[in-house]
Amino acid sequence: MGELLINNAGVSLLVFQLVSLVMFFAGIYGFFTRRNLMMMLISVELILNASDINFVIFNRYLFPEMMDGMFFALFTIAIAACETAVAIAIIINLYRNFGNADVDNLKNMKG
Amino acid sequence: MSYFDNFLIMCSEVSLLIVLLILLLFDITAGKRGKQYFQPVAILLFALHTLLNFVPTAAGEAFGGMYQYQPVMTIIKSILNVATLIIFLQSKHLFESIKMKSQQGEYYFLTLSTLLGMYLMISSGHLLLFFIGLETASIPLATLVAFNKHCKKSAEGGAKFILLSAFSSGILLFGISYLYGTTGSLYFSEIAPRMALNALQIMAFIFFLSGLFFKVSFVPFHLWTADVYEGAPSNVTSYLSVVSKGSAAFVLMTLLFKLFGSYVHEWQTLLFWIIIVTITLGNLFALRQQNIKRFLAFSSISQAGYVGLGIISGSTLGMTTVIYYILVYLFSNLAAFGVISAIENRTGKIEIADYNGLYQSNPKLSFVMMLAMFSLAGVAPFAGFMSKFFIFSSAAQQGFYLLVIVAVVNTIISLYYYLRVVKAMFINQNEQPIETINTDNWNKVSLVICTGAIILVGLLGFVLDIIEKQSFGL
Repeated sequence: MGELLINNAGVSLLVFQLVSLVMFFAGIYGFFTRRNLMMMLISVELILNASDINFVIFNRYLFPEMMDGMFFALFTIAIAACETAVAIAIIINLYRNFGNADVDNLKNMKG
Repeated sequence: MSYFDNFLIMCSEVSLLIVLLILLLFDITAGKRGKQYFQPVAILLFALHTLLNFVPTAAGEAFGGMYQYQPVMTIIKSILNVATLIIFLQSKHLFESIKMKSQQGEYYFLTLSTLLGMYLMISSGHLLLFFIGLETASIPLATLVAFNKHCKKSAEGGAKFILLSAFSSGILLFGISYLYGTTGSLYFSEIAPRMALNALQIMAFIFFLSGLFFKVSFVPFHLWTADVYEGAPSNVTSYLSVVSKGSAAFVLMTLLFKLFGSYVHEWQTLLFWIIIVTITLGNLFALRQQNIKRFLAFSSISQAGYVGLGIISGSTLGMTTVIYYILVYLFSNLAAFGVISAIENRTGKIEIADYNGLYQSNPKLSFVMMLAMFSLAGVAPFAGFMSKFFIFSSAAQQGFYLLVIVAVVNTIISLYYYLRVVKAMFINQNEQPIETINTDNWNKVSLVICTGAIILVGLLGFVLDIIEKQSFGL
């Protein structure tokens, strides 16, 4: 098992896992703390990309005979692009209505 | 099997896609006079699609198991079709103002494309198709929530919805990536036997479920519901609360059965607490709402908890009652939203206090609203009573007595706030009630269908038999 987890360059699977976990939690942290809607959107993208890294790495290290993970990552990139496009359109609409893109605008409705 | 045969198995998706493309082309090519008939054209085409796909065919799978078809999926898709059709019938008011008139084509197109996503999600046999379906169902929905470009509330609701749904699907995707990493496959049939109780898989399970719970709006993930429901135009709100929620509940159930079948004790414990919290908090928050759309949002949260009672039992009876509950909930909720959308689009009034004395000016609308509230609360002769009764019995059959007791107590609490609306319409005095509203004929048809169904579906026993024949358990 130990040999499986090291590729030609001698980098362990765990190193990439660490990268993706750090990206994931950085995304969650950013989503909760940023005040600007665009920055929140970027944080969500970090989360999505962290899972893309996971797919590619698991495929490359653990299941190299099939290409499932690679293709999943490709589809996810496309879907993330759609999501971003719609989110930016909605944020622009919000900017037109409120004059800025701060999350503090989003408090008219509560209760 | 030839390549073409694959498409024959997924005929409901293909026919929906054809309807969608015809409407898109019609929107582009029709002149000003043609566009006056947009709503009838959309309704007729969609009704045709609903009729064509009404009868279940033999089970099968396409594209190497990516797409799986079982007869029960035709039933749930037909329920979603009927709901969408009723919402289309009610949508005329939305385009009466000049500002909104040019957006008519987009509304029908976007609604149908979210429906296509839900179809794919329901009959997926592979996590990739499931994820694509989920995103196809939620991204156009965000644009529908932000549909009214000139309304600040609508923009706010849309922004909340797209950011939170992107966040939740990100977490779900992270869960999928660990499922892939630990099992080496993305097919449901291959993942299920490889699920062991190791730490990474439990983490994947929790991430995956929290993404789905967001769509069904179970309690720790419910905070978006009220704001989005209030901000969206009321026709879109009814779509969110019936079609989107119904499909998500069904998908949650099938995934728990197919994918996490070996985790049954884990998710039953998890759902047990989530259902108790969902029903109770949804009810308690509904008590203090003044805005009728927010009130229905919290009521729909607690109704989702009742659906959970059928999911937790994990039996054939559980699946039957969940589908039956969604069917009844559809008619009750759409009857209420038909009245609300007519009143909101004509007068702009959405507070419960505005409904004081509605009976004096609009006796028929008040009557429909009363029936809807009785059915949602579960008052005896109406369909809502039967569906609640069946879903409680399915949970009790598996030994969840405590859960059923909590749910029954909550039903009594919910009677208070549903009857508050009825009291406002019939008993409260008001010098200036909302003026008499003449709804258009399509909307009248939809309200008649809903009223008839609320009274009849509970009495006709064969509805439950039809569903039961096709259902499956763990």
